[in-house]
Amino acid sequence: MAVVMVSSWGRLGQWEHELRPLADRMQLSRALQGAGPGLAHGMGRSYGDVCLNPGGVLWRTTGLDRFISFDQDSGLLRCEAGVLLRDIQRLAIPRGWMLPVTPGTQLVTVGGAIANDVHGKNHHALGSFGDQVRRIELLRTDGSHLMCGPAENPGWFAATVGGLGLTGVIGSADIQLRPVAGPWLETETLPYTSLDEFFQLADASEAAWEHTVSWIDCLSGRGRGIFLRANHCAIEGPVAPAVRPRTMPFTPPVSLVNKLSLAPFNFAYFNLQKSRTGMGVAHYESYFYPLDKLHEWNRMYGPKGFYQYQSVVPRAAGRAAVQAMLEAISDSGEGSFLAVLKTFGEREALGMLSFPQPGVTLALDFPNRGESTLRLFERLDAIVAEAGGRIYMAKDARMPRALFEAGYPRLAEFLHYRDPGISSAMSRRLMGN
Amino acid sequence: MSENKNSIVIVGATSAMAEHCARLWVAGQAIDLTLLGRNRAKTEAVAADLRVRSPQSTIRVMEANFGDPRQIRAAVDGIVAGGLPTAVLIAHGSLPDQQTCQDDLAMAAEAMYVNGISPALFAEAFAGHMQRANRGTLTIIGSVAGERGRKSNYVYGAAKGLVTRYAEGLQHRLAGTGVKVVLVKPGPTATPMTAHLPQRGMAGVESVAAQIVAATAKGQPVLYTPGKWALIMLVIANLPRAIFNRMDI
Repeated sequence: MAVVMVSSWGRLGQWEHELRPLADRMQLSRALQGAGPGLAHGMGRSYGDVCLNPGGVLWRTTGLDRFISFDQDSGLLRCEAGVLLRDIQRLAIPRGWMLPVTPGTQLVTVGGAIANDVHGKNHHALGSFGDQVRRIELLRTDGSHLMCGPAENPGWFAATVGGLGLTGVIGSADIQLRPVAGPWLETETLPYTSLDEFFQLADASEAAWEHTVSWIDCLSGRGRGIFLRANHCAIEGPVAPAVRPRTMPFTPPVSLVNKLSLAPFNFAYFNLQKSRTGMGVAHYESYFYPLDKLHEWNRMYGPKGFYQYQSVVPRAAGRAAVQAMLEAISDSGEGSFLAVLKTFGEREALGMLSFPQPGVTLALDFPNRGESTLRLFERLDAIVAEAGGRIYMAKDARMPRALFEAGYPRLAEFLHYRDPGISSAMSRRLMGN
Repeated sequence: MSENKNSIVIVGATSAMAEHCARLWVAGQAIDLTLLGRNRAKTEAVAADLRVRSPQSTIRVMEANFGDPRQIRAAVDGIVAGGLPTAVLIAHGSLPDQQTCQDDLAMAAEAMYVNGISPALFAEAFAGHMQRANRGTLTIIGSVAGERGRKSNYVYGAAKGLVTRYAEGLQHRLAGTGVKVVLVKPGPTATPMTAHLPQRGMAGVESVAAQIVAATAKGQPVLYTPGKWALIMLVIANLPRAIFNRMDI
């Protein structure tokens, strides 16, 4: 077996792995035997170390990409775990169905979406990805396999949704799609100039708008940004845009996101979006997945890679915590271009280690500048901890164990469900093995 | 097979390239598709996926022993008895470990059979039927590895070289008839067969499949996919031995 260097989406480094493809659903149990600690790995779109197992085996799931059945009347889809969300959307939307919850890229697998319990812009309306899953086929490295869902082995289900791939390998899943009239959304773009204004917009939009999100200019220091809200709509006429994805052709020697570029970037972006203020119509691919148009955009951050820092803090402390984080960033001289601020709805996620919780979530990308970047994260950690928040593991490469344990109070319960034949860089860092 | 639908046969339907071609074929229009595989359960999983993608298509699964010339003949005759397909894709193969083949001649023999002789025999069996009917397109997956023997994979390369020569012979024999033979030479492609290797520089299986489907529709005699491999192989095939032998490829 060849040893291959693998990195995650943040490109903070690359590590030796033995890659073993999973492609035959009937032979999965056998394929998982005798590997030493392994880890399922799909598209590698998580940013930190949740999808890595340096020195060990990665079971590549991208060959497990078959649909198994689809009920046109009920919208229930059964598929293998390596199917891409993109392929589900393209199959279902022309038939009047759609994934109810989707993250900011559709180039992820169903297994990865479950294991990280990903969320989208409509959390307040429909929850996270796990809320749409009706059944999971879970394969354990001891050769056993089990089915779990909301009513069947619910403990296993709650451990596996958001379970970071550590409870077993997901072979297939049943996902309940939602009916849609077509691929279009009606959108509204609203600039805001303060955090208070953001929270007013978010609260006012919850009832009537399914999708809400905002981009925040974290350099402005005042919490200025652009609020985007959208609903699915039934319009006829527009032809789907023929977008040909481009690929970032090389890794620049230094991050293109840096002190010189950030201020003009953010200024230009704010004003560009501001000029689009008002109502519009958007195709779902450009609305949900704008970054999928530039393949390998993560190379933009240069050879040292980048961190994403995404936290959620409860609403009561949220306004002050977000303000404090923005100030800490502004003080530090580190900057973030893709800063996203969004409220989560009043619902607890079903996974024991799921990220979403009621409150407000802030996601920030930072070029890796070594110690100074890590020092900023320590300041942000303190703010998150004090506010009673948590960090999103799909994005994390460095949070300290104490913050993890404080943020995820169901950890002890989760550990009973771990598969001893599965380990990741993250599980070793945060759970000891 | 019904007369109003395009009918396509895929030999080795569980190969990732073949499976992605099938997805494109059923996405275009409802077709009549026969999937021939070595393992029924695995082939059925491919068929189930295609039925979800195209409920209007007719998708049939057949199992055969690809190592037995009599079974190859029987399987092909059985398929053709139901109607001559408009296109046949022969796609089976497996990437053997070169060192294992050097140490174990039985492995070498099996690798050469499954990648070389077996596809050639399927092509021969279909070609006869197509020639008699004076129509049909026969697409065979070879490889850039078949262009020049290299120390890192000459067992596989020799088998794929056999496929190349065989396809050339069929093209010569069927020139001027209504039958078209398409020889596909993919470069390294990201599939489960190559998933244990470094992925950098590998082509995506979806784009390779799209080119195979287009070449089949056109009846293009030779397809390098991605196209850059035509140039790369022109250079490699013509490198003087003194230089070639110093290369670690």
